[in-house]
Amino acid sequence: MSTRIDARFAALKAEGRPGLVTFITAGDPDGTTSLALLNALPAAGADVIELGVPFTDPMADGPAIQAAGLRALKAGQTLAKTLAMVKLFRGEDNETPIVLMGYYNPIYVYGVDRFLEDAKAAGVDGLIIVDLPPEEDKELCLPALAAGIDFIRLATPTTDDARLPTVLKHTAGFVYYVSITGITGAATPDADLVRGAVARIKGHTPLPVAVGFGVKTPEQAAAIAAGADAVVVGSALVEVVRHTLDEKGHATANTVPAVTALVERLAEAVRAVRRQAAE
Amino acid sequence: MNVLNSYRTGPDEGGHFGIHGGRFVAETLMPLILKLEEAYAAAKADPAFQKEMDGYLAHYVGRPSPLYFAERLTEHLGGAKVYLKREELNHTGSHKVNNVLGQILLARRMGKGRIIAETGAGQHGVATATLCARFGLSCVVYMGAVDVERQAPNVFRMKLLGAEVVPVTSGSKTLKDAMNEALRDWVTNVSDTFYCIGTVAGPHPYPGMVRDFQSIIGRETRAQMQEMEGRLPDSLVAAVGGGSNAMGLFHPFLDDPSVEIFGVEAAGRGISTGEHAASIAGGRPGVLHGNRTYLLMDDDGQIKEAHSISAGLDYPGIGPEHSWLNDIGRVKYLSCTDQEALDAFQLLTRLEGIIPALESAHAVAKVVELAPKLPKDHIMVVNLSGRGDKDVPQVADILGTTL
Repeated sequence: MSTRIDARFAALKAEGRPGLVTFITAGDPDGTTSLALLNALPAAGADVIELGVPFTDPMADGPAIQAAGLRALKAGQTLAKTLAMVKLFRGEDNETPIVLMGYYNPIYVYGVDRFLEDAKAAGVDGLIIVDLPPEEDKELCLPALAAGIDFIRLATPTTDDARLPTVLKHTAGFVYYVSITGITGAATPDADLVRGAVARIKGHTPLPVAVGFGVKTPEQAAAIAAGADAVVVGSALVEVVRHTLDEKGHATANTVPAVTALVERLAEAVRAVRRQAAE
Repeated sequence: MNVLNSYRTGPDEGGHFGIHGGRFVAETLMPLILKLEEAYAAAKADPAFQKEMDGYLAHYVGRPSPLYFAERLTEHLGGAKVYLKREELNHTGSHKVNNVLGQILLARRMGKGRIIAETGAGQHGVATATLCARFGLSCVVYMGAVDVERQAPNVFRMKLLGAEVVPVTSGSKTLKDAMNEALRDWVTNVSDTFYCIGTVAGPHPYPGMVRDFQSIIGRETRAQMQEMEGRLPDSLVAAVGGGSNAMGLFHPFLDDPSVEIFGVEAAGRGISTGEHAASIAGGRPGVLHGNRTYLLMDDDGQIKEAHSISAGLDYPGIGPEHSWLNDIGRVKYLSCTDQEALDAFQLLTRLEGIIPALESAHAVAKVVELAPKLPKDHIMVVNLSGRGDKDVPQVADILGTTL
């Protein structure tokens, strides 16, 4: 069964260019603005969308995404509302893959079976759950694959060749390479090291490899994308959300356009990568 | 049917105690946790490691800690004969040092020169800073900004010992947030850093490893009780936040059916008010900080802020082995309010000349409730896990005294 994720990466390959994966936090800074932003991402150039599921204790995230999650929770975001948001998005766009990214507890509390059923019905294509390593595959990974939702695993600089097969075993859709040892939005990755790491992973799997953590500018995105199938930008986008808020922390008329403007610049830089190489 | 013939064999190889425990961490940390598990298994099997531990426990920590018959408290309560396991007499003033010593010696074996820790009341932070000073290791302690405020003496102590204390301003600014920040540090500094967790929680192998290091409390208690009374105690009482002092006392007695065991959670302003830290009484199973266990949370799985007068119990979770012992009914979990703990703090001070930590005062409060209803030949042991000097300014403030 070909999924939206498979179809999108196949299309990118046919176009001969890497993809741009954009991360925003669902419900940040409020449900209405967040949905408007989500709906605007594909036209701005997002090839794949990662939608952050807010959690009070995001242990792998830096200050930017922590703050985005807290803004969303304060505005009343829940997992059920996030799924409803995906469903509304699917009314507008039935092609751009949506991957939910977050932590296990909200899903565990929602109930794994009920969650997978509702996520599938809403049009969710994949899951990235930071605190579910292969050792806990029985919790959500295997049920998700059985339900037809890709479980996208993180591989990191500490995942050595001995461990890589374990990490890749039940990974579907694509592999997310975490470019640094650290939290989201922290140090800037070294493009050459990343290129080597991606090549190493590709030696073990036919799946596409997306690279994220610490990628902030169009220039960095282009440099990383040159050595990968896609590049992920997240913290930089939620920081733009934050900068556009009024003094009460509410969205302004500038919130959605400011984020899409950065997405457009990122997309332009990423899309230029192999075209230039081919010329 | 598969009947358990021992309560002391856990966790299984995946780190589970029943449905609890496990290894819910980011992939970056997984290889480190597997290496730690391997290193701990090797150290545990190495007599030289145990010998090194024993030496420092005797000459640096000051073990064995006394088992003390609290004569005046017993008379006052008029029922069970109450003994105090005097963990507050350890070097650094609490049971925390037992575990820290084990982990620091392990870190040395693993060649890690940088130690990080989270702390609530500051007792674990002080113990970690102390052993880092002793062994010349660099030490960073994460502490919620709220706790930095209410535990100022311990903050200064850690700094004197050469540790860097990082106030954590994210989330509720208490112990859970300090643990988040420590995990963020660890994920960033994987090559040289050892994360010294202060309680029987976190990803496998921490809950079992910390319990093993703390079990010296229960092993000594068994031997001392045998010597003093010629038999086992009838009941054990200990306060539970994460639950390391309690696990340490309880574990060696789990297979003795005649020993009744009580853990005491912090009820804060009362379970019904929602402002408490009683994960078993007021929570449900969830996943946080590397393990599944009882947690305080809302219907969306968002973690709630805990409340307790005692910074060391102010955590919205509990060690996974406690959650399992609750589920199977081997340990009974009670709870104690801020006010009950404050009363017990003063009572023990007046009757025995021992100022307990507010954490330990929660256990004492339940002794005050349970002992009068029991016969005089009932022997009860309460873990006096820490001394209360650190709490004196806070208690003075509550009682309306200006120092």
